[in-house]
Amino acid sequence: MATNPSSAIERPRTRRAEGFRTPNAWRACLALLRRDFTLAWRRRGELFLPLLYAVIVTALFPFALGPDPQLLGRIAGGVLLVIVVLAMLPALESMFRSDLDDGTLEQWLLAPQPLALLALTRVIAHWLTTVLPLIVVMPLLGALLDLPSAVLPVLMLALLLATPLLALLGSVLSALAAGARRSGILLALMLLPLAVPVVIFAAGAVAAAQNGMPYAAPLAWLAAALVLAIVLAPLACAAALKIAVEA
Amino acid sequence: MRHENTWLPAMTPPTATAAPLLTATRLAFARDDEPVFGPLDFSVGRGETLLVEGDNGSGKTTLLRVLAGMLPASSGEIRFHGSPASRDSRNGHALLLSHRSGMHEALSPRENLAFLAGLYGQRDGMTIESVMARVGIAAWLDEPLRTLSAGQKKRVGLARLLLVPGDIWLLDEPYANLDRHGIDLVNALIAEHCARGGAALVTSHGAVRFADPNARHIRLDAQEKAEPSANERE
Repeated sequence: MATNPSSAIERPRTRRAEGFRTPNAWRACLALLRRDFTLAWRRRGELFLPLLYAVIVTALFPFALGPDPQLLGRIAGGVLLVIVVLAMLPALESMFRSDLDDGTLEQWLLAPQPLALLALTRVIAHWLTTVLPLIVVMPLLGALLDLPSAVLPVLMLALLLATPLLALLGSVLSALAAGARRSGILLALMLLPLAVPVVIFAAGAVAAAQNGMPYAAPLAWLAAALVLAIVLAPLACAAALKIAVEA
Repeated sequence: MRHENTWLPAMTPPTATAAPLLTATRLAFARDDEPVFGPLDFSVGRGETLLVEGDNGSGKTTLLRVLAGMLPASSGEIRFHGSPASRDSRNGHALLLSHRSGMHEALSPRENLAFLAGLYGQRDGMTIESVMARVGIAAWLDEPLRTLSAGQKKRVGLARLLLVPGDIWLLDEPYANLDRHGIDLVNALIAEHCARGGAALVTSHGAVRFADPNARHIRLDAQEKAEPSANERE
């Protein structure tokens, strides 16, 4: 090592020290994704809880309403949307909690990486591990409620657009509430007003598909909102995380 | 030994001595108008160790957090290599070791260190295996962190300092939870780091004798609000 000049820690007057591989943002995001997936795999039992919740609630509906296929088919789309939104809520609270407690967020802040990009990566990892399974089992849940098979693809598409949007909105609130103890209720109260328009547009697309009408417009609105949220939510989330760590 | 002196004077450009690694000028921090420390004046050059002493609550941790850039200073100025502190000028320079390790209990040291190396980059010639061997807990590389003792976790934190680049170590109570060998290890790592041209700020509440008799001291006092600045003494 002593014979290699570039391996001394770094030389003065170089803004970026030369003695190390420059940490690039892409590598940082991959490292974060790998860490989050490893953690999710270690705690895969917990990941089943939202899934189980969704299956149980869906299975209970026919018992509560009576096994009338027409009635169930008519409400299935809206019911499944609401179930997914509610199943997402508990996990949102813990999006940054343990990282704040064990000092990982400090490292996010101190590392020479764009905080907003790390926040976006965390939302992606969170969505992939906790929400995507809910969408994957949607055909099963749809069958339980006798959802018309023509509506199922529209429902899944609406969920693929609506749930990342909700996760992004939730990430901002989760970061804001991370410093507070028992913030679950607070988070739910803050998120539900924001979730209303998302549910309205998603349900609008499903209802239109069910009535054989064009459903592209509400989906396009959802997609537009998602694009906006992908750009803006991580910035707000990063600002909130900074406050949480400094407090 | 891969951690021996790698600082070669011949490599250093003539301008190297122009600016110290870290300079603080009239640096003060107040929380809700309540002064926490300062104003302080000090600078740390290559190969120097600055021991920050003070009782509990005297603002040692806050000082390191301000220097690391986690908290904005209320007044005064921090310079890294002569340029004002910013995210960019800190890049690859300041490294904070705090009470909170930034590591997840369910992950092994290898997984935690790999993540942190992804965030900060990795020093040339260092691998996760080599730094874990240096801090003496290579056997625990793949055990979940929660099965390690407090002292072993501290050593994983020290391994991070070796793994990721940074020439100014900001060590907050590095001796806490460590046994006698651990304390010797911290002192040896700081000495090696300084010999390579790095620098270290070390906080201590005074219970542990720092090995280097030539280290400079800053003393923070909880009651220092009324005192003037110039706390630095050789």
